[in-house]
Amino acid sequence: MNLKNSATAGTYESNDCIVTVKKSEGITIEIDSVVKEQFGKQIEKVALETLSSLNISNIHVYIKDKGALDYTIIARIKTAIKRLGV
Amino acid sequence: MRKSLLFIPANHPGMLQNVDIFDADGIIFDLEDGVALTEKDAAMDLLASFFKHFHLKNIEKIVRINEINDLDLIMCEQIDTVCLPKADTDVLKLLDKKLSTLEKKYRLTHKIQVIALIETPESILNALSIAKQPRVNGLLLGAEDLSTYLGVRRTLEGKEIEFARNMVIYAAKSMGIDAIDTPFTDTNDIDGLNKDIEYAKQLGMNAKACIHPNQIESVNHLFRPSQEDILFAQKILLAKEQADREGLGAFSVDGKMVDKPIIDRALQIIKASKE
Repeated sequence: MNLKNSATAGTYESNDCIVTVKKSEGITIEIDSVVKEQFGKQIEKVALETLSSLNISNIHVYIKDKGALDYTIIARIKTAIKRLGV
Repeated sequence: MRKSLLFIPANHPGMLQNVDIFDADGIIFDLEDGVALTEKDAAMDLLASFFKHFHLKNIEKIVRINEINDLDLIMCEQIDTVCLPKADTDVLKLLDKKLSTLEKKYRLTHKIQVIALIETPESILNALSIAKQPRVNGLLLGAEDLSTYLGVRRTLEGKEIEFARNMVIYAAKSMGIDAIDTPFTDTNDIDGLNKDIEYAKQLGMNAKACIHPNQIESVNHLFRPSQEDILFAQKILLAKEQADREGLGAFSVDGKMVDKPIIDRALQIIKASKE
């Protein structure tokens, strides 16, 4: 498997998000969203649950949200993680 | 029978989560040509996640795959039908085996059907063999790829695909399955679309793929029987009832003899008008 330092998935289109993942110590999640005040906690919860389901414990996740629903955030994180090769 | 099938690129969340507002009979979630080569992995993850979170009812959910192994990543209870590009009999046999394995693995409660995409000169000539393969319940003509193989330019009149249309129709109808016409690619030309549908319907197509939601209304409307056809069919069936009561074997309507094919056609029209 091709190991990279970072990987990205998603688009800047409405209803989507760009997820960038980097290897890191522990889990850190950074969210950039116009609806962060209303939905930031939910986005973080979805991200943590997705990482847990993938048994990932050392990663930095940056989510640039463009109004993505949970299923999109989950999918983009999964793709980015696979592309990272961990 | 199907009338309208709408293609949606599977890597587009904004389109995916709104599919149930469209009045199509089915949605073709496209993992093939509608998705960039570099985004196939993302499209499969997104579609799998979409199916897990959205439970669509009263609409056929069709997935156009790139290759049979795509199914390992996306198979789930929600999928009704697989659309196989560049279908041939050998790959359809492999697909049947693969689907049987996955149906058992995921304990699906229904049998997955297959729409075979007919888009090469060879598959046109083998259309009947393709229509006879297990699970195939529709043949979809892919005229754009076919035109490239033939080295011809697509025209509004469609003379260049008339043979292909006829082959698909005769193969499909001989097996009692759907003959699904190729999409009309100019999404701004509704008059052209309407003429294309009328012509395809006249040849024997019973459905058409759409590449834009604004095509669905025309396809649904024009593939439904006309009011005139329905009234005539009702007249035939009423006359048949009366003939049966009177013990008559043969009867006429509007001065024309009515026999079994005409009665069968009337029943088809009434059935289609209720779908």
